[in-house]
Amino acid sequence: MRQREIKRDKRVQNHDNCLPMLKSNPTTSNREQPAPGFIKRLRARINRGDSWLTYDLANLVPGGKIDEELLEELETRLLTADVGVEATEEIMGGLRKRLKRNELKDASAVVDALRTAMLEILAPCEAALQIGTEHRPWTILFVGVNGAGKTTTLGKLAARLKSDGFSTMLAAGDTFRAAAVEQLRIWGERNQVPVVSQGTGADPAAVIFDAMDSAKARNIDVLLADTAGRLQSQTGLMDELRKIVRVIRKSDASAPHEVLLVLDAGIGQNALSQARQFNEAVGVTGLVLTKLDGTAKGGVVLNIARAMKLPIRFIGIGEKAEDLDIFRATDFVDALLGAGSDPS
Amino acid sequence: MFDQLTERLSSAVGALRGKGRISEDNIKDALRQVRMALLEADVALPVVKAFIEQVREKAVGEEVLRSLTPGQALIKIVHAELVALMGGGDSELNLRSQPPVVIMLAGLQGAGKTTSAAKLARFLIERDKKKVLLASADVYRPAAILQLQRLAEQVGAGFMASEASEDPRLIAARALEEGRRSLADVVILDTAGRLHVDEEMMGEIKLLHQTVSPTETLFVVDSMAGQDAVNAARAFSEALPLTGVILTKTDGDARGGAALSVRHISGAPIKFLGVGEKTDALERFHADRVASRILGMGDVLTLVEEVERNVDRDQAEKLARKVQKGKGLDLTDLREQLQQMINMGGLAALMDKLPMGGKLPQGVSQQAGDQQLARQIAIINSMTPQERKLPAVINGSRKRRIAVGSGVQIQDVNRLLKQYKQMQKMMKNKKLFRQLSSMGKGGFRGRP
Repeated sequence: MRQREIKRDKRVQNHDNCLPMLKSNPTTSNREQPAPGFIKRLRARINRGDSWLTYDLANLVPGGKIDEELLEELETRLLTADVGVEATEEIMGGLRKRLKRNELKDASAVVDALRTAMLEILAPCEAALQIGTEHRPWTILFVGVNGAGKTTTLGKLAARLKSDGFSTMLAAGDTFRAAAVEQLRIWGERNQVPVVSQGTGADPAAVIFDAMDSAKARNIDVLLADTAGRLQSQTGLMDELRKIVRVIRKSDASAPHEVLLVLDAGIGQNALSQARQFNEAVGVTGLVLTKLDGTAKGGVVLNIARAMKLPIRFIGIGEKAEDLDIFRATDFVDALLGAGSDPS
Repeated sequence: MFDQLTERLSSAVGALRGKGRISEDNIKDALRQVRMALLEADVALPVVKAFIEQVREKAVGEEVLRSLTPGQALIKIVHAELVALMGGGDSELNLRSQPPVVIMLAGLQGAGKTTSAAKLARFLIERDKKKVLLASADVYRPAAILQLQRLAEQVGAGFMASEASEDPRLIAARALEEGRRSLADVVILDTAGRLHVDEEMMGEIKLLHQTVSPTETLFVVDSMAGQDAVNAARAFSEALPLTGVILTKTDGDARGGAALSVRHISGAPIKFLGVGEKTDALERFHADRVASRILGMGDVLTLVEEVERNVDRDQAEKLARKVQKGKGLDLTDLREQLQQMINMGGLAALMDKLPMGGKLPQGVSQQAGDQQLARQIAIINSMTPQERKLPAVINGSRKRRIAVGSGVQIQDVNRLLKQYKQMQKMMKNKKLFRQLSSMGKGGFRGRP
């Protein structure tokens, strides 16, 4: 009983420490417009100068003839980009069919066909995150394996929401990892949004439940709830996640309004297993792909989109807050194919 | 980890197993399947190609074709190649230099560097009785330094405070100084996660390396890493003289392909596996054992080690004596056995290391098995001492009481009693009994 009281005191204290909330203030908004800058960075960072997919493709076809050899090279590149065996076979199957029908006459036709095939997979997954106003707080739960970038994504999203004029609150539901609470609190201070936390070792469901109460009392628009990283194969921890959702529903039967699964794009085929098992446990409603900047990355997006058909809400291509942006299928495919980027 | 890879590989090779004669076509087919299995397990493409080429060369040679059991011979080759690929032999940490010995950790964001630093500290403190100092040069991620500080407290290591406003190089230099001053045996320097294509950050870690000139420079990599792991491993090994690799998050269901490629590309041996979230979840890496596990050949050595670590030797001797004297086992003994099984990580952990463990039916989940064990212990706990000694006295009404007491159905009690009877029958089997008692002598008494 006493322990509980102490915890409560702590919580109140934490509230008092928080900086006062600012309603959206245009001068503090530093987010770029639906950014041409972002697209540019996306291209630059996914490709780092040369598109892993189409680099030097034209030179592979000296006589301008498209043959099996070229397709095999493409297949290899898809595989090395984590597109996965099944998705690769599907894409290549389509290309081979078109080759037989003599529809692929030169390299640019191949690239076009590739773009169409990729768009077919990715376009259905383009669905931006919607913040509803019918429920307050609009509760967004972040889940994922250890080290995927949940807390960082949450911090970046808080900055974004705040500059969009939503009042936001953070719930420090990662009570396992040392200093995770402090990490979130620093994000809260940076963005001047309140953080509800208890100590390390507290019950995460209780922390988030309290945060919902507190958000209701302050009429907050959006609550971002962090959770501890967990490997999807750990049944006990996945049960804990189910419990968190059950407890959240006691505060608001319609919550969580969004369950975001944060995936590290550098993860290989295991990303699929993660998507499947988190989805099965708590019903994932959207994906965030982090750490897409690198060399051979990005292919895994195709693989997941094809298998899971879950909306991809955001992609992260760098460490800064503005490096997290909405997923747009055409931009993404163009970036992968290196289309439109000037060769210099 | 490795489960799915095991499944695919053993089915690929298994197709050859029964065949008396083998043609090049057969091998080609098996190898194609091995290739797919490796690719799906995230083994990097260049590594897969090199691996298949090696195996093909040896397989097409006389070894397999002339062998009486070609399937077995192929498995032997694949096993040997897997071991070669993952490093071969053991590789210990090198602590034989003038203290403080500096260990530096490097890797991508979210690979598990900070957690590994704490695990490594605990490992050195507990196993080698070293005095360890932890220091963090991660000035970028919020609260990263605090995280290491908390972990240092947990594992009983020293910690050198640093600030996010400091220059990482100064932190590194101070850590070395502090290590000398406090007479630490080992200084573990945690660094910020960085992308291998980030030239600025790669430059920074080179400078850090020059500053502290570590004896061990360990590359921390996520076992779930995809094809890009190769590029990361290559970039880090070009920037730094890596001396080893820590493979993290191997308790997940990743197929472990990163283990196969990282060693191949970086040339540095895998030294440790992170096998859980707690700070004691760090294991030495044994290439041959992991290779055996991948091929479904079991990892009996690790199992034996685990048994020795977890089984209470006195109890085992008592049990052996009891059996030798011809007395039967009673239910108290059965309870001990069940408890020890749980101590060793439950059925799943045991099966994982037994030959062909990968082929267990899917329905037998880890949880169900462990729950079963706990339930059986509860049933025995609900018995009176007399009932445990003489299970024959357990009649219908006693069964009902036991079932209510342990919260199970009467059928469960019956099942346990039946299992116990079978065990007794086994004990009466002379041959098995002799084996058991000799194991009791050799296995448990003989060791220091």
